[in-house]
Amino acid sequence: MAKSKSTPLARRGFLKGAAAGAAALVSSPQAASPQAASPQAASSQAASSQAKSQEAQTRAVAVPPTAAQRAAENANASATVEDPQIVERPGADYMVDVFKSLGFEYLFATPGSSFRGIHESVINHGGNSNPEFITFTHEECSAAAANGYAKIEGKPALVCAHGTVGIQHAAMAIYNAYCDQAPLFIVAGNISDAAERRGRVEWLHAAQDVAATVRDYTKWDDNPASLTHFGESAVRAYQIAMTAPMMPVLLAADGVLQEGEAPKDFDWRVPKLPKITAPSGDSAAVAELAQMLVAAENPVIVASRSARTPAGLALLVELAEVTGAAVIDQQRRTNFPSRHPLNHTQRSRAAVSNADLILGLEVYDFFGVVHTLGGQINVIPKSIIKPGTKLVSISSSDLFYKSNYQNFQRYEAVDLSIPADAEATLPALIEAVKRLLTDDRKQAIQSRAAKLAQASHQALEQTRTAASYAWDASPVSTARLSAELWAQVKNEDWSLVSDPFWVSNWPLRLWDFTKHYQFIGGAGGEGVGYLAPAALGAAIANKKHGRLSVSIQSDGDFMMGPGVLWTAAHHRIPLLTVMHNNRAYHQEIMQLQRVANQHNRGVDIDKCKIGTAIENPNINYAMMAKSMGVEAEGPISDPKDLSAAIRRGIDVVKRGDPYLIDVITQPR
Amino acid sequence: MIRNMIVIVLLAASSLCAQGNAENGKRQFVKLGCYTCHGYQGQGGGAGAKLAPHPIAAANLIAYVRHPAGSMPPFTAKVVSDQELMDIHAYLASVPAPPPAKDIPLLNQ
Repeated sequence: MAKSKSTPLARRGFLKGAAAGAAALVSSPQAASPQAASPQAASSQAASSQAKSQEAQTRAVAVPPTAAQRAAENANASATVEDPQIVERPGADYMVDVFKSLGFEYLFATPGSSFRGIHESVINHGGNSNPEFITFTHEECSAAAANGYAKIEGKPALVCAHGTVGIQHAAMAIYNAYCDQAPLFIVAGNISDAAERRGRVEWLHAAQDVAATVRDYTKWDDNPASLTHFGESAVRAYQIAMTAPMMPVLLAADGVLQEGEAPKDFDWRVPKLPKITAPSGDSAAVAELAQMLVAAENPVIVASRSARTPAGLALLVELAEVTGAAVIDQQRRTNFPSRHPLNHTQRSRAAVSNADLILGLEVYDFFGVVHTLGGQINVIPKSIIKPGTKLVSISSSDLFYKSNYQNFQRYEAVDLSIPADAEATLPALIEAVKRLLTDDRKQAIQSRAAKLAQASHQALEQTRTAASYAWDASPVSTARLSAELWAQVKNEDWSLVSDPFWVSNWPLRLWDFTKHYQFIGGAGGEGVGYLAPAALGAAIANKKHGRLSVSIQSDGDFMMGPGVLWTAAHHRIPLLTVMHNNRAYHQEIMQLQRVANQHNRGVDIDKCKIGTAIENPNINYAMMAKSMGVEAEGPISDPKDLSAAIRRGIDVVKRGDPYLIDVITQPR
Repeated sequence: MIRNMIVIVLLAASSLCAQGNAENGKRQFVKLGCYTCHGYQGQGGGAGAKLAPHPIAAANLIAYVRHPAGSMPPFTAKVVSDQELMDIHAYLASVPAPPPAKDIPLLNQ
């Protein structure tokens, strides 16, 4: 289908008559009952039952309107159908039908005129439900929120962004999601037809190839030229995004296509989305690995993004227990229970150094697992494994590479590479191991597991002792902060939606993680500005499950997008934010100090704060939060004040609102 | 011979510790940015090792600071003097030990 030239009513005409057209659409009666086109569409149908618009319910099931429905709509619109300034059936309505059929719950966006057609259709045609428009104050926040959402919910949120400038804003968050193997579905508005651009701004905000900005770190993109093309590419994009390795995809939505009239003979059906499965490992390779695991005397499993779903966590527990392997959880997801006796994350160096077999599950930096990178001036890698230690990798990353951005890390020569999704491969691997186990090996594995359990218990005791240092210090120690928080969330259905790396990983070391949604890892590309919006996106996903979302929020990251506070208040997102306020881009203080010492000049702390400190004036985060409608308190610098503040915060969050506690903390 | 050297080092360490000024050491610990990785009380964490309470001997501390391992940058005598390091050691030695972890309810949950 041609786009603008075959569109009977121009986009400019639509603008003048938008209000009347919208009113006509809302008043359109529904016709025949819908029929689900796929399981996903059926899900969308159920979800759309809450839609305010009756028409939205009809279209949500991805079937074309019936003859009766069309007749009814045309009859209702008869007063305006001859008016050349009116668009009765804008293409954006079909785009929203597509979004509904794909099951999007939310649309995360900062509004932008290049996707205003979709925006209007989401509201008037879709009833602002499935997807519901969640307003963000920066496109980087909307994309990062989708990253957090995806890791909780296991599917993408829809992100709409203004062509060019909106995509440029969103770029870093898209890169984070790409590195994090999180599925994002991004729609970029764009006016392709130069003759349809109204004046200089629409020229400034149009691009020949709107996806080019982010093509290096998206898995797939397309620029549909017709509604049919849009429907097919949208479903294809969703399938690609959700196939391991999951990653962001982008679809351009042409402004004329959105706002112009759909052809009278247009087939409104949305292509069927298939059931999507993950690629599992080659059976011969899996059998070989099973033999290696059974024969190993000190096997170690390293998991990074191994558990895509709750089932992935349970499978890794089973594999570890059946093989008696120590597990190191790199915690890009919750791959393994933190207090399981075989969890040796806290003594990972010792476990790796003693291993005769290391199995990496979705480990993206295997070189970093088996090396240290010493050297004061130049990098001097040093292997930390014993000679002859076998290395095996199961990773879907090996199925998809791009060249420019170096997220694939340094090359490690493993002995056996199984390019496959780890979670999907584990069932076959576990069964293969079980078939090979003799009574002798079972006994050896039990004996090893008992020793590992003892070492794991000792490591936990050492961690608790380490946490006791500076217990009463002011600024508050990050260990104390984490322990105070744990005391009050442990009996709730909680979810830690921030990255505790910046507080020395104390929550991961002290808290009892048993469920997949209790931790979602950090920023895949380590781009600052991820934490606050991703936490909010995860909290949005947790909301319908009734979970208590908790974030320990670094101040430097927070200042990249503090507008998420307003989003949280406006949409009533229950999220407890506890500030880790060390009043600095602290990582950079350490970096600066390191370089100064390498140059044998040293640097006084006052000079070291030039360009790195966030003080003078100090930021009052509680006041900032209150200004945007979020209840808050602080700053708190005495650890004795924490307990009551956290209790107040949890009360508000359990009521359904966000809350912020500003805590002045030790650097790390 | 080696035994004699160890005795000398230990004596030197004891002497250095006795000469340290904890108050100045606390100032230097901040001024030199030691706290940035090790925390204001030398408690350690994700970025740096635990230094206090119960620091290593002063002589060993000085030797390590001059030629550190891992990711810690070297501090030459041009950047920090032996006396300043002795003061820092005195400060670290003055940090009171916390209660045992088993006696802190929040660390036993």
